[in-house]
Amino acid sequence: MSIREDQSRFKDIVKGKVKENFRRFVSHGEMIGKRENEFVKIPLPQIDIPNFRYGPKQQGGVGQGQGEAGQEAGEPGDGKGKAGESPGEHILEVELSLEELADLLGEQLELPKILPKGAKNINSEKTKFNGLAPVGPEGLRNFKQSYKKALKRYITTGTYDPAEPVIIPIRPDFRYKSFKKVVQPQTRAVVIYMMDVSGSMGDEQKEIVRLESFWINTWLKRHYKGLETRFIIHDAAAKEVDEDTFFRTSESGGTLISSAYKLAQQMIEADYPPNDWNIYPFHFSDGDNWSGEDTRLCVKLLKEFFLPQVNVFSYGQVESKYGSGQFLKDLQKEFPGDDRLTLSQVESKDKILDSIKDFLGKGK
Amino acid sequence: MGKLTPELERERVRILKASEDYGLDCFDTIFELINYDQINQIAAYGGFPVRYPHWKFGMEYDHLSKSYEYGLSKIYEMVINNDPCYAYLMEGNMMMDQKLVMAHVYGHCDFFKNNIWFSKTNRKMMDQMANHAVRIRRYIDRYGYDPVENFIDVCMSLENLIDRYSPYVETSIVEKKEDKSPGNPLGLLKVDKGYMREYINPPDFVKAQKDKMMEKLSQKQRFPSSPERDIMKFLIQHAPLEDWQQDVMSIIRDEAYYYAPQGMTKTMNEGWASYWHSTIMTQKILNDSEIIDFADHHAGVMAMAPGGYNPYKVGIELMRDIEDRWNRGRFGREWEQCDDVRERKNWDQKLNRGREKIFEVRRVHNDVTFLDEFLNEDFCVRNKMFVYKFDKKQNRFVIDTRDFKAIKAKLLFMMTNFGQPIIRIEDANFENRGELLLSHMHEGIDMQPDFMTETMKNIFKVWQRPVNLVTAMEGEGHFYRFDGNEFIQKKLEAAPKAESSDGSRK
Repeated sequence: MSIREDQSRFKDIVKGKVKENFRRFVSHGEMIGKRENEFVKIPLPQIDIPNFRYGPKQQGGVGQGQGEAGQEAGEPGDGKGKAGESPGEHILEVELSLEELADLLGEQLELPKILPKGAKNINSEKTKFNGLAPVGPEGLRNFKQSYKKALKRYITTGTYDPAEPVIIPIRPDFRYKSFKKVVQPQTRAVVIYMMDVSGSMGDEQKEIVRLESFWINTWLKRHYKGLETRFIIHDAAAKEVDEDTFFRTSESGGTLISSAYKLAQQMIEADYPPNDWNIYPFHFSDGDNWSGEDTRLCVKLLKEFFLPQVNVFSYGQVESKYGSGQFLKDLQKEFPGDDRLTLSQVESKDKILDSIKDFLGKGK
Repeated sequence: MGKLTPELERERVRILKASEDYGLDCFDTIFELINYDQINQIAAYGGFPVRYPHWKFGMEYDHLSKSYEYGLSKIYEMVINNDPCYAYLMEGNMMMDQKLVMAHVYGHCDFFKNNIWFSKTNRKMMDQMANHAVRIRRYIDRYGYDPVENFIDVCMSLENLIDRYSPYVETSIVEKKEDKSPGNPLGLLKVDKGYMREYINPPDFVKAQKDKMMEKLSQKQRFPSSPERDIMKFLIQHAPLEDWQQDVMSIIRDEAYYYAPQGMTKTMNEGWASYWHSTIMTQKILNDSEIIDFADHHAGVMAMAPGGYNPYKVGIELMRDIEDRWNRGRFGREWEQCDDVRERKNWDQKLNRGREKIFEVRRVHNDVTFLDEFLNEDFCVRNKMFVYKFDKKQNRFVIDTRDFKAIKAKLLFMMTNFGQPIIRIEDANFENRGELLLSHMHEGIDMQPDFMTETMKNIFKVWQRPVNLVTAMEGEGHFYRFDGNEFIQKKLEAAPKAESSDGSRK
């Protein structure tokens, strides 16, 4: 169908893949997502072909309804027929499934598809009826195909009589459903979120972590069935918590990052053999560690345990008033150009999308 | 695409019979039963099954299918002005909806066939559109996708630069005959006797004739000889275009002219169709169990948002108002001059000419003349109409006034030229340098500047010489010029008028 070609052409223009000079006519909705079951705005991009037209605001119009002069008239737009005239009117609030959200995210950030590791190791077998065979059990006889074969035979041999269309199938006409064993790779993944909840992490910082982890979850869920998530919070000591607590807890006190890493290590060793699991540890902190010694311990853990075992280890540093941000610098120094470790700095809420791109942009 | 089910076909025959009994006169109408995706596709193609490839249709389709899939909107009805008319029903709509749509469609068909403003449209547009598609595909094969698409983009940017009334104007090619023998360029009267010369052709007359001739000569140098509103036609004829570009542009222009009457009669057309679906359904077709759904859906179509103009609503109310007035004889001089409130309230001459009148109205009017003639103060009050404007201080749209004159003026303005600025070519040899001079007939509303400049660039791409435009911005006359590289903007001394260009022409 050619409309599909037109549609994909339109999408390509919107994405800027073709006709770069057209980008200035594209008006985008914004992409704001909330949590499940709540409304999100989905973008309906629109390209306006320029023509001589009136400016939108001066124009005004005629409406119908109650109200005195000076009262609000509501946004203009005709209920029927053609779409509105001015850009930006096309943002609609609609409910989206998480899968669609993930696709939108992927499309917007141009995220690559994740290539699971360990796919070869875990397989499951399924039978699928997808073929026809000349032999088989009578219970699997495919009537329609058998009839077709018989009809064909009648027609080719010239014995078919439209006035008396009796078709008698014989043995060679019969066709039976046949099945195949399909091997489906099973992929399993676990995300371990670690967050620094020491005194220096304020509400705003935690909000950033919350939003970011939501998007990361959404994206990973799109690629792995049965994604597991585990949550660790830490100040000077680490403990595992449930999701709700993870985002609410506010502790005070010092920061020993290694405590969280050690706990994650135990978790992996106990529950997630790296050969069978795709493992994604995410650690968020304001980058303020207690001592250089502890940082060295963290580096050692990363080098010896995490990096060889996990898909990718991600560290997100949230900017805060109190944090020194030293930890990020240390990691940068220790692992220059190591693509098993992704580092991202999140200065503010606005930068969340960039940061997600940092984390997931490698397709690992 | 599928034929109607036997049940629908039975209803169709009933509805057609009912509409004919009321005096509707339609082209043969072919209904197709299609699914939502097909209806979105056809709607994206402007009602036709085949169009040339262009991303704009893809965009429409994207929007329609997204908003359908998220349950925001749904297309109930689509009908094409063609002989035979094609109309589409969506699979899975409830029976009552299908009947309503069929009745509505017959209203449109009758309108297409009988309204004078549709009389010049191509009634074989279904075939024509398919031919256009073939032609453009052929150019794509020969010249490549990108060049053709880019040129279509340019043409679409100019597609509102047509003269919507031109199809109805007989252009007289024959000029008035005058004695123009070579020896008598001034057209003086014949003089047999020399001494009579000064009496038959007095000096005043000779001078007047001379002036006339000079003026005519200068007129001839003007090109085009009078300002041209059909800018697309002018460019097709005179711009340095390749053959295929000329053809593509004339295709876009053709299609723009085909759609023009639908824009010119939107309110009437929808009003007429709504009047008939409601009449046919409630009087002949509905059964008892359907009446609630009908009322619900009918009200949904007629609903008006405060800031919105709903042509269905205004159209049907005006049609009913006219019918009522002519039934009761509420027109003419006596009615207009009657000041007695009670007498006016009880005015009923039992003329029963309402039906007859609305049939006449549907034949001769377009939206502008329709509203001009039939929109009256009573109607505006009854329908709670108002004018709204944008309030810069509050940064929102607010109700401006409920004054009848203002409402009418605003509505007529919105309808005139389909609510778009009127642009004319004043001179195609501006400053004697082959430049194009356009003027905007400014009527109180400025053009959107960024779109204006982009459109000028597109005209430049076609004309390939500098493009100049006279318009007004924020109350001051402005002169814009695009020479292929940069924009020049100058303030004009006087407010722009069509004549202002003459000053520079010597």
